[in-house]
Amino acid sequence: MNRTMHQPEQKRIEQLLKRSLPPAGGQTSAELRRDLWPAMLKRLDRHPTSVPWFDWALLATLAALLAFFPGAIPVLLYHL
Amino acid sequence: MLVLESPSDILRQFCHGDLGAFEALFRQHQRQVYGWIVRIVRDPAAAEDVTIETFWRIHRAHARFDPDRSFEAWARRIATNAALDHLRTVRRDAPLPDHLASPSVPNPGVSEEVRQKTARAFRRLPPKLQVAATLALIEEQPYQEIAGALGISVGAVKLRVFRSLRLLRKELKRQGIEP
Repeated sequence: MNRTMHQPEQKRIEQLLKRSLPPAGGQTSAELRRDLWPAMLKRLDRHPTSVPWFDWALLATLAALLAFFPGAIPVLLYHL
Repeated sequence: MLVLESPSDILRQFCHGDLGAFEALFRQHQRQVYGWIVRIVRDPAAAEDVTIETFWRIHRAHARFDPDRSFEAWARRIATNAALDHLRTVRRDAPLPDHLASPSVPNPGVSEEVRQKTARAFRRLPPKLQVAATLALIEEQPYQEIAGALGISVGAVKLRVFRSLRLLRKELKRQGIEP
């Protein structure tokens, strides 16, 4: 296949595309017909914002540290 | 009830994860975001789902948003990525929704068969090329805006459009249509 494409041929394909697929932006369907906030709230309820994994890892490390070195608890409380 | 003085206040509160500020931004921008997405996915029902997905991503990424930058541009970029992800999951030979498959005004010089074959060939393009070509050639959006939404340069957009036209020509010729 000839890999080059001349300007007139490019224009013809563009025109064919425009005639075959009408722009969605100019149609009434491009306008939102309902408020999506209730659906958004459902989505937020279904997937509450999760705590990032590295926060859990940090908490686990701290808990393990305090379990092995309980003497560090007063020091930690002092610095908090 | 929301009592937020200015748009910058809303953006700053949004950055701190305030749900009221997020709601205000959602209500303010949902139409524009939907309007952009429906241009790309070309299916109103799917566009609603992708709009929700976009704002879900926006909500999750609130801490990464810089309130001194444009929320619209940030949201548009996230929306474009969400729409791209949607196109990747859609079967490429699935039929177009009726209202988009049939132009409201018949096009002289293009038979129904050619029109359908062209639309099918277009939907078989790789999603990245399809998005660039849809926005540039069908929706006639400025290249600068497309580049911003895709996070690439204007030159890269032009290259994607050119590649999509070349692939389209190849596919049409394979189907016996000489553009």
